[in-house]
Amino acid sequence: MDVQDFNFVREMVRSRSAIVLEDEKNYLVESRLQPLARREGFVGIAELVTKLRSNGFSPLHGKVVEAMTTNETSFYRDVQPFEALRKVILPELIAKRTGTKQLCIWCAASSTGQEPYSLAMLLREHFTGLATWDVKILATDLSTQVLEKARAGCFNQIEISRGLPPPLLLKYFDRQGPTWQIKESIRQMIDFRPLNLIDSWPAMTTMDIVLIRNVLIYFDVQTRKTILGKIRKLMRPDGVLFLGSAESTVNLDDAFGRVEVERTSVYRLR
Amino acid sequence: MNALIIDDSRAMRRVLRRIVEPLGFAVTEAGDGREGLSQLRAMEAVDLILVDWNMPVMNGIEFVHAVRADTKRRDLKLVMVTTETEPMKMARALMAGVDEFVMKPFTSDILVDKLRLIGAGTF
Repeated sequence: MDVQDFNFVREMVRSRSAIVLEDEKNYLVESRLQPLARREGFVGIAELVTKLRSNGFSPLHGKVVEAMTTNETSFYRDVQPFEALRKVILPELIAKRTGTKQLCIWCAASSTGQEPYSLAMLLREHFTGLATWDVKILATDLSTQVLEKARAGCFNQIEISRGLPPPLLLKYFDRQGPTWQIKESIRQMIDFRPLNLIDSWPAMTTMDIVLIRNVLIYFDVQTRKTILGKIRKLMRPDGVLFLGSAESTVNLDDAFGRVEVERTSVYRLR
Repeated sequence: MNALIIDDSRAMRRVLRRIVEPLGFAVTEAGDGREGLSQLRAMEAVDLILVDWNMPVMNGIEFVHAVRADTKRRDLKLVMVTTETEPMKMARALMAGVDEFVMKPFTSDILVDKLRLIGAGTF
């Protein structure tokens, strides 16, 4: 891929999503844009970039940004955060909320839905008392394409093989030929909505738990600070924040303190 | 750590061996359930069994029942690696005492993750 084309795509992706593509990510841009170029009827990436240069922001620009955002995910990814939720965080919060019987959870980069569905199954499986509560799981992602897939709740064999214990697969999914469909009772627990973390956010309810895992690493320092600051304002004083295992609030937002729970780090407001 | 791989396909046994050996398992192979049982009797300690469902002589589910009937071998982890994806059949395998279920085709990271999740060995 031509250096100038790479720089153009890099700058566009950075300005739209704040995702920083280092020099050595040339191969990644190429591997993600080649299929998109073909799908959109261009001979190659060069022709696609020429088209991008000739217009202001268009749906095609949006598709390029979407193609560059990483969507790696799995059910119960990393295990420990879900153990922390099951054993400590949720029992504590539920005990504190018995007056209002309200619980709000936000998966801020839900990708194709495995994280919010894992949460919903965890609630259904281990916290049956919540059936009479007002529990909201908000799942947002930048990419409308992956949100559509998440909302459909339909997963192929490889996807359901990643992290999902067979008893939960049998209990909460229906097999439909080669794919597995999440049951409607789980699907309807989640509100899927598009949200670009670097744009202005719509009015949102106050959150008890926020999961924004393996997202901040893609942003520059200033953007990480801005996003964490906005999350802080959305969280209840006793709320809990989950980041990816390689991420931290240290040197970004001192209002958060790190706490070790079930061999994973969570962040609470000081 | 010892693993027993039971599959009537030699190619599949080789694939599985190449995945679990680097994790530190010493591998023994068998071509069907009955051969698997006699191998198992000859082995002093077994940490993990990877077993196919559809095999001649004795199939995987009969093998699992036989192994789980032996109370001395309760700690070993049993993983069924199979093309069977019928929910009823999967439920049958779980009830028979399978710890995990890997559907073919699969990738090596899926199998390794599942082994880690069920605590098969220490790696």
